[in-house]
Amino acid sequence: MLKGISFEVNKGEDLVILGRSGSGKSVAIKCLVGLLDPDKGKMEILGTDMTKLTYKELNEIRLKIGFMFQDGALYDSMSVRENLTFTLKHHTRHLTEEDIQQQIMEALDSVGLKEAIDKMPSELSGGMVKRISLARTIIIKPEIIFYDEPTAGLDTITAQEISELILSVQKKYKATSIIITHDMICAKMTGNRIIIIKDGLIHVQGTYEELENSTDQWVRSFFFATN
Amino acid sequence: MIAIVKEQLTQAGNFSLFIGRFFKEIFVPPFQINEFLRQCYTIGCKSLPLVSITGFIMGLVLTIQSRPTMTKFGAESWLPSMVSLSLIREIAPVVTALICAGKIASGIGAELGSMKVSSQIDAMEVSAVNPYKYLVVTRILATTLMVPLLVIFADLVGIFGGYIGYNIHNTITMSRYFSEVIEHLDYLDLMPATIKTFFFGFFIGVIGCYKGFNASSGTASVGLAANSAVVTASLSIFIVDMLAVQITDLFF
Repeated sequence: MLKGISFEVNKGEDLVILGRSGSGKSVAIKCLVGLLDPDKGKMEILGTDMTKLTYKELNEIRLKIGFMFQDGALYDSMSVRENLTFTLKHHTRHLTEEDIQQQIMEALDSVGLKEAIDKMPSELSGGMVKRISLARTIIIKPEIIFYDEPTAGLDTITAQEISELILSVQKKYKATSIIITHDMICAKMTGNRIIIIKDGLIHVQGTYEELENSTDQWVRSFFFATN
Repeated sequence: MIAIVKEQLTQAGNFSLFIGRFFKEIFVPPFQINEFLRQCYTIGCKSLPLVSITGFIMGLVLTIQSRPTMTKFGAESWLPSMVSLSLIREIAPVVTALICAGKIASGIGAELGSMKVSSQIDAMEVSAVNPYKYLVVTRILATTLMVPLLVIFADLVGIFGGYIGYNIHNTITMSRYFSEVIEHLDYLDLMPATIKTFFFGFFIGVIGCYKGFNASSGTASVGLAANSAVVTASLSIFIVDMLAVQITDLFF
């Protein structure tokens, strides 16, 4: 699907990857976190070549990475509290129960959903699922956060709220962000730099303004289809 | 035809690797004790009502159905020992395991399949929690341990059902009935039957987990995983039973 893409993301940068459905955006970030194995090539995260790691070493890197899934991927047999506690309890055994509860409340406060703490995922709306998913992502205080279509399947207003939330999380946690989307409003609000993938290759990259003023008709179609 | 054979061989290879990974992961910390206990409760305690009803009916029906023939041969007094031996050696292990295949293997297949389809397994993987260890190892261990206990429970309830069935047409005290049962029971009646139930439990767990863990994308695959788990687990119970009977016959 991807025919050889190459890019760098600097610390603290917020990169948006755009592309049409099926262009390989999600495949790219799934390769980066080790969910898929690339056929060939090299991927470095935090100075470590991800293709040469053992499972244990890969998990050590994963603890510095947050991943917000397109459909939230909340554990549906667990309450919101248990969803947020899950990773913490597995990796931070030195934390007391009080510390864990404090971190949960802090994460929920960051996404404005303290009141949903004892709800089950099935009781949440689409927007709430995305918010809780974001809370679960930031609770481990990752250095890099991957967002896979964070506004997909949401109405315009809720999508904008999620984009604003991502922006506030970026400011608060100062994590590097890689955002996969085809929502131009989200791309404009959350990204310092945009990469557009076409036919498995990087077609063009630049700031939102540079790409908006591009003479390439295909690139312009992204902007004028929604604006 | 070649493609079908190739597909079947690939499936067999993947299944062997899946089992191999279980034996590798089981000895490597961290051990998910809490999840294992939770699965034991879900698989064991929550199956008790179903196993009790089935066990009781098995014992009762077997006694009622066998009585006319035994009476015809003048062997009615052998009914308690005949029923208990049939239950302990064959009927209770196989029927209980089949019920567990229907309830537990399908449940595991559907649960893990649903988690796979909705990216929950990926989410676990990305958060550096080994989903195989957390979801698969705990469930296989729980079924391997709980199915034998359920079978022993079904044996006891079935023998009690036999006592009730016997008392429909005859009168015997409970202590007399159970002493008749125990008198004719041998170590060799109990051990092979109990050992094979560990294999039943193992295959119920491993097949349910394999089908769920390897569900393809799409909601239809969840149903397919559950269905396939029941069918394959049930078939495996008969195959294991056949092998166990052959081996027992060979050595004892």
